[in-house]
Amino acid sequence: MALLEITNLHVALEDGTEIVKGVDLELNTNEKHAVMGPNGSGKSTFAYALMGHPAYEITEGDITLDGESILELGADERAQRGLFLAFQYPHAIPGVTVTSFLRSAINAKRKAAAGGEDDPVPVKVFRTDLLAAMERLRVPRELAQRYLNDGFSGGEKKRVEILQMAMLTPRIAILDETDSGLDIDALRIVAEGVNTLVGPEMGALVITHYQRILNYVTPDFVHVFVDGRIVASGEGDLAHRLEAEGYEAFMPMIARGESP
Amino acid sequence: MSQSETEVIRDIRADYGYGWHVDDVSTIYKAPKGLSHELVDVIADHKSEPDWMRAFRHQSLDYFLARPMPSWGADLSGIDFDNIHYYLKPTEKQVDKWEDLPAEILDTWDRLGIPEAEKKYLAGVGAQYESEVVYHKLQEDLEKKGVIFLDMDSGLREHEELVREYFATIIPQNDNKFAALNSAVWSGGSFIYVPPGVSIDMPLQAYFRINAENMGQFERTLIIVDEDAYVHYVEGCTAPIYSSDSLHSAVVEIVVKPRGRCRYTTIQNWSNNVYNLVTKRAVAHEDATMEWVDGNLGSKVTMKYPAIWLMGERAHGEVLSIAFAGQGQHQDAGGKVVHVAKNTTSVITSKSISKNGGRGGYRGLLEVAKGATGSKSKVVCDALILDEESRSDTYPYIDVKENDVDLGHEATVSKIGEEQLFYLMSRGLSEAEASAMIVAGFVEPITKELPLEYAVEMNRLIQLQMEGSVG
Repeated sequence: MALLEITNLHVALEDGTEIVKGVDLELNTNEKHAVMGPNGSGKSTFAYALMGHPAYEITEGDITLDGESILELGADERAQRGLFLAFQYPHAIPGVTVTSFLRSAINAKRKAAAGGEDDPVPVKVFRTDLLAAMERLRVPRELAQRYLNDGFSGGEKKRVEILQMAMLTPRIAILDETDSGLDIDALRIVAEGVNTLVGPEMGALVITHYQRILNYVTPDFVHVFVDGRIVASGEGDLAHRLEAEGYEAFMPMIARGESP
Repeated sequence: MSQSETEVIRDIRADYGYGWHVDDVSTIYKAPKGLSHELVDVIADHKSEPDWMRAFRHQSLDYFLARPMPSWGADLSGIDFDNIHYYLKPTEKQVDKWEDLPAEILDTWDRLGIPEAEKKYLAGVGAQYESEVVYHKLQEDLEKKGVIFLDMDSGLREHEELVREYFATIIPQNDNKFAALNSAVWSGGSFIYVPPGVSIDMPLQAYFRINAENMGQFERTLIIVDEDAYVHYVEGCTAPIYSSDSLHSAVVEIVVKPRGRCRYTTIQNWSNNVYNLVTKRAVAHEDATMEWVDGNLGSKVTMKYPAIWLMGERAHGEVLSIAFAGQGQHQDAGGKVVHVAKNTTSVITSKSISKNGGRGGYRGLLEVAKGATGSKSKVVCDALILDEESRSDTYPYIDVKENDVDLGHEATVSKIGEEQLFYLMSRGLSEAEASAMIVAGFVEPITKELPLEYAVEMNRLIQLQMEGSVG
């Protein structure tokens, strides 16, 4: 049994439009999966649906974590069980500092782990962990006291997403287009963050439509995502074939309803 | 109260942690309900007041009776002036040791955490229970420096000339209907005098507790900050939950002399059966600073617009107002600044939050008088509306009689977005925690101005207001 199992997942918008049309995927800790697909193929919807966004309805299929379906769980409960989503466009929360936000989020997870009893992280432990993580991910110190994503540059937002990922210690991290809008230095830092964190405790699902992040995050598995479906899966070298041939190479197969 | 009524009330504010009451076993005197000249005499007799104050009370009652109810602002038609106890004397005398209070009253203060707070971070405390300040204490070193911090009744007895010089000069007895009512039946409140050059580092706190049903509380506060002096005064207030209404109508007058500074912080958390109709006004002289930090979380109806008159050159005024209106609440809050002298500056920052059908808002006046050239003012009012049933109103009156002035006004209305909530929930916060975090961030420009203990308290109260409000 894989840690995260996605079976025949169908996702529709509130108006009934089907966006994700039957996806199967298994993911474990210590694995890096890349989901690559063109714009508008439904990748972000797929990511949101995994995290439990209320605007996306799962019309068919299942998502299990540790063998248990999480379809009925809200985003908060999914996070408490170890899912994490790094957003393509992280939202600003004016008036709430990165530090205070992180502490609240960690305490929410700890509370859930303690069966609903408050179990706040000791301030010293939190400080030490935060400073170490910021150092490792090269997040400027001053960001810690700024309001979460409020007036952040694109690169700052993404770094802070990775910082959150490091601090919240998820078991499965989904990164939705985390590479978009990043210069090469920021991209490298984000990739290093993913590489460091993936291990016995965490697996990652990197969603992207660029090849370039995969030059830094070497995926164990690549899935080609077109029109709401995974049309091809393979090992890391699939990414290179995709780069050479483009998504078009995979389109006719979809049209014919074949798998490669 | 019938069982069903009890349940309904519990539903309205299950999160209100201060709604209990104790049996008043030690009550010394409780005036019968209703308002009359006889009642005014009873109060003046109990307090053995000088004749001028007695006459002032009688005249004020006449003004009150003659004035119509205000036809603007919140709906006040539910107030039944005949169904209110206007004076209740809970103990024989004021004490300066908590343990000297009757057990049930001490228990109330303990549950509110006041003796504990006094030990930790307060320079002085006044604790008003019903109509009288039952406990009062000022740190000795401040007393030696000439600081006066007394309840208003003791202030009148011990410093009659000083009180008489300023009393009702900032807010005349006929200023408005509720100021007239307070002037007629006032009891308790604080009298503070800070001598020239004395800076009080820790706050002085007054706490106002209503315990009885159908109670009216009418404290009267006068603060005089002399030249180059500083004081931070904090007030908190709570009451039990009853099915019938209580009335709280205070008058607060403040004088800040040249280069002095006064900060007045309110964390108002009355239960949802209290009408809170308060008049607060300060005058700031040359180079003086007056700051109102006004947090309104509780009450059924609040109408309160702390005012600052900038009388001396370069005087500075600030009003920071938070109004949180939940189910069945109407917070008509705001502030007023009048620029009278040249080169005066002011900032009004208002943050209003409404949820579960509550109605919040900002009502403010910014006036620049003829001659107040070089004045600068900035007004920012932001409203956060948490659901479709709730409402927020903004009434920013501006009256400028000079050209050479610099005024700015910004207003925003926002709602908590589904995407913002989802973002926070994807980090493990529940919907209520996520909403509370967004609200706490929204009011942060104001809470960051509070001493840590009060900022924590304010955030905790907001959290409580948010709990059970969603989902």
